[in-house]
Amino acid sequence: MAVLVDKNTRLIVQGITGREGTFHAKGCAEYGTKVVGGVTPGKGGTTHEGWPVFDTVHEAVEKTGANATVIFVPPPFAADAILEANEAGLPLIICITEGIPVNDMVKVWSVLKQSKSRLIGPNCPGVISPGKAKIGIMPGRIHKEGSIGIVSRSGTLTYEAVFQLTQRGIGQSTAIGIGGDPIIGTTHVDALKLLNEDPETEAIILIGEIGGTAEEAAAQYVKEHVKKPVVGFIAGQTAPPGRRMGHAGAIISGGQGTAAEKMKALKAAGIHVVETPAAIGETMARVIGR
Amino acid sequence: MKIHEYQAKDILAKYGVAIPRGEVANTLDEALEVAKRLFSGGAKGVVVKAQIHAGGRGKGGGVKVAKTLDEAEQYAKQILGMQLVTHQTGPQGQKVQRLLIEETAAIDRELYLGIVLDRAAAKLVFMASQAGGMEIEEVAAKDPKAIHKVYIDPAVGFQPYQARELAFALKLKPTQINDAVKFMTGLYKAYIETDASLLEINPFITTKDDQLFALDCKINFDDNAMFRHKELKELRDVAEEDPLEVEASKYALNYIKLDGNIACMVNGAGLAMSTMDIIQYAGGMPANFLDVGGGANQQQIEHAFEILLSDKNVQAVFINIFGGILRVDTLATGVVEAAKKLKVKVPVVLRLEGTNVEEGRKILQESGLKFQVGSTMKEAAELVVKAAKGVA
Ligand SMILES: Nc1ncnc2c1ncn2[C@@H]1O[C@H](COP(=O)(O)OP(=O)(O)OP(=O)(O)O)[C@@H](O)[C@H]1O
Ligand SMILES: [Mg+2]
Repeated sequence: MAVLVDKNTRLIVQGITGREGTFHAKGCAEYGTKVVGGVTPGKGGTTHEGWPVFDTVHEAVEKTGANATVIFVPPPFAADAILEANEAGLPLIICITEGIPVNDMVKVWSVLKQSKSRLIGPNCPGVISPGKAKIGIMPGRIHKEGSIGIVSRSGTLTYEAVFQLTQRGIGQSTAIGIGGDPIIGTTHVDALKLLNEDPETEAIILIGEIGGTAEEAAAQYVKEHVKKPVVGFIAGQTAPPGRRMGHAGAIISGGQGTAAEKMKALKAAGIHVVETPAAIGETMARVIGR
Repeated sequence: MKIHEYQAKDILAKYGVAIPRGEVANTLDEALEVAKRLFSGGAKGVVVKAQIHAGGRGKGGGVKVAKTLDEAEQYAKQILGMQLVTHQTGPQGQKVQRLLIEETAAIDRELYLGIVLDRAAAKLVFMASQAGGMEIEEVAAKDPKAIHKVYIDPAVGFQPYQARELAFALKLKPTQINDAVKFMTGLYKAYIETDASLLEINPFITTKDDQLFALDCKINFDDNAMFRHKELKELRDVAEEDPLEVEASKYALNYIKLDGNIACMVNGAGLAMSTMDIIQYAGGMPANFLDVGGGANQQQIEHAFEILLSDKNVQAVFINIFGGILRVDTLATGVVEAAKKLKVKVPVVLRLEGTNVEEGRKILQESGLKFQVGSTMKEAAELVVKAAKGVA
């Protein structure tokens, strides 16, 4: 079954005529995702790489029956793109763009939280249900269809985890990159909830990093609701306070958001916490008895 | 991005927030001139304030109150050029290159005001506390109830009733309430219009004659919003930043200097952080954080290499790459070219995984350069730690 994306996904790409948009639209289509068109304001009525291009998201949805969008729009215009997708009623909005001003995201979130649409990201690699569909920029070939769900704030660490699993012959149900920004549409808790309720997902990998308190909230959720085994990792155990470690959201501020605190919370919730990312695959294999 | 107190106060002034009279001084002569002007303008005393980006200046001896011009001169001499050590600078301190000379205020009460993002609520929060002058983190840890908070709805912005709520929580006098509303509204406007990520007034004071002033001000800006604030970019003071970080920023490299001796080059922020972690786990110390990103080209890799190697502490280099979009063979070619060009003398350990990894390993082997390759991240970390100790 997997979650969020599958064979029924009909995807449009906002920013399809740009370099990134073009490259990854092709990548998604090659993986088997049904890409049905794209949006670039001002280029409506043309076709791009065989896909119809529309001026507005509303029109794209109307003409293609799309039920998901992926956003490759530059940071100054990305918040606007998310709001447009929401207004058009798309149930799934995945925003890859890195570098959106946080005040823009405060406004976006005040609208999205009252909406039926789900936002994934921004500043994320996207979502993949191996063997079914991928929406995003992850390398499809390292994945394998299976039953491990993954939720992560970091793109490369997700790939690491996936790769270690696949090497051991363990497949994945859905890998959800939730993004490295301080404000994101789908949090660890939201993603955990989806994976926990997915009958095809047998166990979960939770990857977090310094900054904020989302992992603590996730630990609480696991403690109260999740019976499936969970393997956890937190990046940034050696990160200095007050510095932004690559991701806008990866910062220890006012003594809050340290890796030590998060690891403690995860352990207290019965999660199998690993000290290094190198141990994610072997630990999961052991936990599920493979 | 961080700015100095004097620059932050210039911004406040534009938003009608009351600040003491004062001016920045880059030299002792300038400092004296400003002090003279203030005294002849009726000041009862002046404050000599070190302008560095780190906090905790007062406790470190970087803020002194002078009652006379002679005293002001003495303090200015003392502070200008000193290595100011605070809890935020590290033991080596930060050189003071500028002073703010300001009129003393007749302080009645020292309070606190601050605006930050509450990530969990996804809203800005305006905070007020009667414990002015103390670090807010300390207050939060000791007595969280002493911090009064109001959350701001982005659709309507900060409202006067919210400002009044904070003013009452601070136990301001009825005659001060209207001024406080104006003061706080100005702060909020400054925050929003400059795309700040932090604004703190500590202390926010009341005077014996019932006036309100921002005696200290700290503003950080959201780096992601700088594209729409050309004027604010000019406030950057690179003298306050690590020279290698300044260099890296020219090539859009995400580099943070640390104190260890093992340089790392990694793609992706999460993997870069955990590479630092795994080095420490193997018994070593990372010299830096560096995320070259998913789309790094050969030139960027060369620049990155150059920056890593110009750190005098570096004894070994760890390149940890997971080839996703960035193919391992592309990276390997870049590394080989850069290493040849830069005549790298320290040991280089690589751990490569992902797309086209076989081709990548072959390129390294055939390069004639002495790279060590770890088959797993853990093994590579152990290798590089040994190499840095000179045992490999
Ligand atoms: N203009 C002034 N008049 C009177 N007293 C002042 C003035 N400026 C500062 N002070 C006093 O000095 C103290 C410390 O000053 P300030 O808050 O600017 O520095 P700090 O908080 O130590 O520095 P940092 O912002 O680096 O933490 C204030 O709490 C206040 O008591
Ligand atoms: Mg202060």
